[in-house]
Amino acid sequence: MGMALPKTDPIVAGEQGEMRRYSVFAIAREAMRAHRGWEAQWTSPEPRSSYDVIIVGAGGHGLGAAYYLAKEHGITNIAVIEKGWLGGGNTGRNTTIIRSNYLYEESMDIYEHSLKLWEGLSQDLNYNTMYSPRGVMMLSHNTHDQQSFKRHINANTLYGIDNEWLTPEQAKAFVPVLDISKTARYPINGAALQRRGGTARHDAVAWGYARAASDRGVHIIQNCEVTGIRRGPNGEVQGVETSKGFIGAKKVGVSAAGHSSVVMEMAGVRVPLHSNPLQALVSEPLKPIFPCVVMSNTVHAYISQSDKGELVIGAGTDQYNSYSQTGGLQIITHTLDAICELFPIFRRVKMMRQWGGITDNTPDRSPIQGVTPVPGLFVNCGWGTGGFKATPGSANLFAYLIAKGEPHRLAAGLTLDRFRTGRLIDEAAAAAVAH
Amino acid sequence: MLLIHCPYCEEDRSELEFRWAGEAHIARPENIAAISDEEFAEFFFLRNNEKGLTYERWRHIHGCGRFFNAARDTVSDRFLMTYKAGMPKQPIPVMEKAVAIAEEKTVETWEATEGDAR
Ligand SMILES: Cc1cc2nc3c(=O)[nH]c(=O)nc-3n(C[C@H](O)[C@H](O)[C@H](O)COP(=O)(O)OP(=O)(O)OC[C@H]3O[C@@H](n4cnc5c(N)ncnc54)[C@H](O)[C@@H]3O)c2cc1C
Ligand SMILES: [Zn+2]
Repeated sequence: MGMALPKTDPIVAGEQGEMRRYSVFAIAREAMRAHRGWEAQWTSPEPRSSYDVIIVGAGGHGLGAAYYLAKEHGITNIAVIEKGWLGGGNTGRNTTIIRSNYLYEESMDIYEHSLKLWEGLSQDLNYNTMYSPRGVMMLSHNTHDQQSFKRHINANTLYGIDNEWLTPEQAKAFVPVLDISKTARYPINGAALQRRGGTARHDAVAWGYARAASDRGVHIIQNCEVTGIRRGPNGEVQGVETSKGFIGAKKVGVSAAGHSSVVMEMAGVRVPLHSNPLQALVSEPLKPIFPCVVMSNTVHAYISQSDKGELVIGAGTDQYNSYSQTGGLQIITHTLDAICELFPIFRRVKMMRQWGGITDNTPDRSPIQGVTPVPGLFVNCGWGTGGFKATPGSANLFAYLIAKGEPHRLAAGLTLDRFRTGRLIDEAAAAAVAH
Repeated sequence: MLLIHCPYCEEDRSELEFRWAGEAHIARPENIAAISDEEFAEFFFLRNNEKGLTYERWRHIHGCGRFFNAARDTVSDRFLMTYKAGMPKQPIPVMEKAVAIAEEKTVETWEATEGDAR
């Protein structure tokens, strides 16, 4: 293109604090100069010898924690250290279901805190995270489901969280392709609907937090694996060994999802986790046909339609511990069997891609966020198969924990210590699965 | 799907016949009512969750119904051996070799499974 570009751009971003905002004007400006003025969204610096805080894991939770540390607690000398590329873990692999209608107060506190943050996240980050409150519907197939869902609805209503009961006919009016006939393989006797639930664009969440954190001076160090946690004479954290050498920090926050056991073991801390593969798959793109998210815990199927038109389908976990990021074929065929029964119209749709991620599951299927027996070491893990929805809330409260050294009121029940005291948050028994 | 050798039936059978039953060689304390909360949490909840060699229990639930132990690599999902319940933890003599095989078989990235590298 023969367009004359200014030699030195007057608003080139420096190391920090000068991020150019995205806006409709920026798009127009760039359209007029052949899109040559877009800048890198985050910097890729070499690590310093030490930082005030190191976060292990550049998923949404880790990047978000760095962002909120900088934004709300004035701590900007932070490194987020990632063994692969940012957002390449479960952040980039999940089916993006967002909801807050959990049973117990500890869960409602953090998931609802998160949902409120989702509502303003795009504006806050100046990044379109495509949060879409299109509604999350959970199908009830039997008397047990119905009793359990109504119990959830009552608990949520008392707590000020929206969740409502639908008859099969109302459910079908909301999702016309749903088969509610009495002779269906998995008959439906009602559904619970959280209208504020929905989806968001997974990658945009990681990228948006990365850009906003980098803009505030946070170093995101990719392709750098943490291989050890160095401790001082009193057991306190001194920093981390990495594939790029030792990096010091008095505070280290571990947010490594499926690898939490491996990283915590480096500091001699055992956590009650099982790492299991969880799979998802997408279909060929279709015209808009599926207006919300539908989940069936009983038959292990989750489905929504992306803005590109693909059906996004989540399956169950494998039964054994594994770090293989693959998963058994029988797991997804079981899910597809159920999808075809619930939505007969999809029987001839082709599936395009399938993948797995490693989820970190606790015995009570609730997350762990809190201090550890090692001074200066904080942990955020156990989000298992359902932590994407919690990204903003978890990150926000993890930042508070790291800054203050003690948990925020909204996360006070999520301690590692609950497995000793017996104060479990038994969403496992409440929902069987927790997407 | 895994192919699992039942040491009782002495047959390789599909994973569909088996139920995973957690980490192996965890002995229930004999004085369970007397142990401290820390000890109970350790026994009941804390697990190694190894990346690499793991010792675990399986049950041939749709076959002979019996529990047995297995040594497996959690990165490649390859079984190194299975052995009968009650036998002590089996050393893996060819461990180095097994690890080498495991590393060869590591499938960890999108590139490796779907991208150009394939
Ligand atoms: C198929 C699938 C579907 C899912 N569906 C949903 C859903 O619909 N709704 C929902 O709410 N949740 C869902 N989840 C769960 C959700 O994805 C996770 O709970 C959440 O993403 C975990 O957050 P994270 O950002 O911390 O994880 P990650 O993005 O996995 O971040 C952890 C990071 O730590 C890095 N790391 C690990 N070890 C080290 C090390 N030693 N050194 C440096 N870096 C390290 C990893 O590379 C990774 O990038 C799903 C998960 C999967 C796999
Ligand atoms: Zn058998």
